[in-house]
Amino acid sequence: MQMPVANAEIIASKAGIVARLRNLLPDGAVIDDPVETKVYECDALSAYRCAPLAVVLPASTAEVAAVLRACHEMKVPVVPRGSGTSLAGGAMPTADSIILGVARLDKVLETDYENRFIRVQSGRTNLSVSGAVESNGFFYAPDPSSQLACAIAGNIAMNSGGAHCLKYGVTTNNLLGVTMVTMAGEIVELGGAYLDSGGYDLLGLVCGSEGQLGVVTEATLRILAKPEGARPVLIGFDDNAVAGACVSDIIQAGVLPVAIEFMDRPILEAVAKFVDAGYPDAEALLVIEVEGSEAEINHQLALITKIAQRHNPVEIRESRSAAESANIWKGRKAAFGAMGQINDYMCLDGTIPVSQLPLVLRRISELSKEYGLDVGNVFHAGDGNMHPLILYDANKPGDLEKCEDMGAEILKLCVEVGGCLTGEHGVGIEKRDLMYEQFNGDDLEIQMAVKDVFDPEWLLNPAKVFPLDASEARRG
Amino acid sequence: MTPSSEKELIQVMADASGPLNIVGGGTWQARNNAEPLYTSGLSGVTLYEPEALTLVAKAGTSLAEIEILLAKNGQCLPFEPNNLAALQGVKSTPTIGGVVATNASGPRRISAGACRDSLIGVRFVDGSGTVIKNGGRVMKNVTGYDLVKLMSGSFGTLGVLSEVSFKLLPAAQASASVLVVEDEKTCAATMARALGSPFDVNGAGHVDGVTALRVEGLSGSVAYRATALAKLLGGEIGEFDWQVLRDVQAFAGQEGDVWRFSVKPSDGPVLAAELRRLGAQQIMFDWAGGLLWVLAPSGMDMRKAKYKGHAMLLRGNALPVFQPRPAVIAALEKALRAKFDPKNILNPDWMT
Repeated sequence: MQMPVANAEIIASKAGIVARLRNLLPDGAVIDDPVETKVYECDALSAYRCAPLAVVLPASTAEVAAVLRACHEMKVPVVPRGSGTSLAGGAMPTADSIILGVARLDKVLETDYENRFIRVQSGRTNLSVSGAVESNGFFYAPDPSSQLACAIAGNIAMNSGGAHCLKYGVTTNNLLGVTMVTMAGEIVELGGAYLDSGGYDLLGLVCGSEGQLGVVTEATLRILAKPEGARPVLIGFDDNAVAGACVSDIIQAGVLPVAIEFMDRPILEAVAKFVDAGYPDAEALLVIEVEGSEAEINHQLALITKIAQRHNPVEIRESRSAAESANIWKGRKAAFGAMGQINDYMCLDGTIPVSQLPLVLRRISELSKEYGLDVGNVFHAGDGNMHPLILYDANKPGDLEKCEDMGAEILKLCVEVGGCLTGEHGVGIEKRDLMYEQFNGDDLEIQMAVKDVFDPEWLLNPAKVFPLDASEARRG
Repeated sequence: MTPSSEKELIQVMADASGPLNIVGGGTWQARNNAEPLYTSGLSGVTLYEPEALTLVAKAGTSLAEIEILLAKNGQCLPFEPNNLAALQGVKSTPTIGGVVATNASGPRRISAGACRDSLIGVRFVDGSGTVIKNGGRVMKNVTGYDLVKLMSGSFGTLGVLSEVSFKLLPAAQASASVLVVEDEKTCAATMARALGSPFDVNGAGHVDGVTALRVEGLSGSVAYRATALAKLLGGEIGEFDWQVLRDVQAFAGQEGDVWRFSVKPSDGPVLAAELRRLGAQQIMFDWAGGLLWVLAPSGMDMRKAKYKGHAMLLRGNALPVFQPRPAVIAALEKALRAKFDPKNILNPDWMT
């Protein structure tokens, strides 16, 4: 992966830069010891690493503003970091950059059940937001699989999704407001506890901008009353395409499950060796979850079962208890770990129109043969967000490159059939140079012009999202 | 001017040197004499995949045409777009582009989100005549910046929409309303209790001493939830015309200005009391108390009330339509507008 050449002048001025930052922050909030900065070298796209110049861990919006103002004056690039769970390299530093970590911004600032929102500092983890309101019967809906670790700041930067977004939407649909600091150190309030703020939807623009427009320090999030109950059904098929058709039929019938998860044979085989989920022998497996009262759940599951019967399933298993539900989800939740036991893998994130599912699955399996790399598919079928996992051996020279080439071909295919490069992980460095597949020069130019407005000198997370040659002139 | 294709629209924008009023259905009337640019020539559904819950249409397509097509297939636009033509006192046929440009969203916004939440892709021609696409036709997409949200509610000031894509929802098989007779002072608390329940309420309004809550979905489920909700709130299942509230029909044909306030739901009744003291004649609540439709004497400045949120003058000529923005945000918006419309010709009246 190509990264821009680091600015030698900045690296040479490290001592002065670090001293100035130390002046602004409490003891221990600036890290420059190479041993301690090591954990900040990469995020969950761990194939790529680079030590930052230093790491700062501010604990308030004022401290973030002070840091950004200073870096702006010194013209030092800043890479914001949530919990470092990005799969796209969104938080990967360059050697001439400061990592601004939000880990110390972890407080709940306000919970308001009457108006159904929670205001938190952005370093708080996704799951602990739900945790803070759970005992009052509420939850925060977006649930990325990294929810135990990932920070709200990162969720906002990447506009994270999750298994349940078919019903509840992704981060941008559940975000009411943010406090954000621009690269120049100005504090901006966008949105709030009301639905319309007037003016342009800058909140919507900032969400998903991969930390390139500002650093979000606080967020007002919509919370929802928990449903009375939820239960999954598991349905196995002897053909991928048939499972895909079944998904379409369910959606068209007017049932709206909260989640429809798809696993293919390679995933099922890996899962079987890893945990005992008791899945049936099938080419494709759907896990479909519905919500509501006991009667509503039974009614919806009956409708789904009836539709599934038309597609000759090899097995239909409705959960009848909490333990059975947990078992059905156990395999799905273990899928990534199970694949990781077999080998290193690369996780793709393209989205396709649901109607193209059979074609895309067939092409992926052909590419798998061509490249000689095994692929498993586990994904959110209701919304077309694919997650092909390509297995490779990091210790085998050339294998990573081969895997990346194959991944690029799959993503190009997603775009070709009317989809996109990334549904919920973000572009980061990983898909940066594939952006030309989806956008032409004009489409990219206007997006970069948006960054020009918020960060005219391109100091915030500059080497991400846009192809390096497209952003080169702006990055200076 | 009425371009009949995106290609013609590009030419129009490239050649334009003076201000243009972008007109969809004509619900929103500009206050100036700039040349109108009609989008009605850009019409037709380009793609509809019911099994993928996806619709793509040219921006000048009438909303009615889209709603009829979706209804035939048992689907709908999730955000329940409103039609304010009668309120504005104009004969117009709202277009889907106009819906997007104004982010027009009805009662279901409290659960299904606004237009901007269902909008998944746009094509538009910016002020210099460059065609730009963003988003697409899939419901999960984080590839690049989300200009889709930016375009929704930008009142045609950043570009002329040529095509828009939506994710859809299955239309509800059944719908029921629970009514609670009470003073508006307590309505937000009642609506908060309803929305804090697990019964999936997707409409919550208060009109003339009646608080109304709506549940929708499969028929058995609706009956169950409506009964449970009526019990919880001490109300009764009854009739409520959500379309009348959605389109603010009660104020159509009445003298006076119409204001629209968006505040924190629990602030709604407090603000209403103050607006009445200032001279407001009628007030209706939507969005669980967070949206106030206000009828007031012409020229009376309702923004004099104390509130945290946003007030828009929907009907009336004496005062600014849009609420002034805080300085930092105003500067960002001005700079964005200059990037998208360097000749400063798009809808000069709006968003100022």
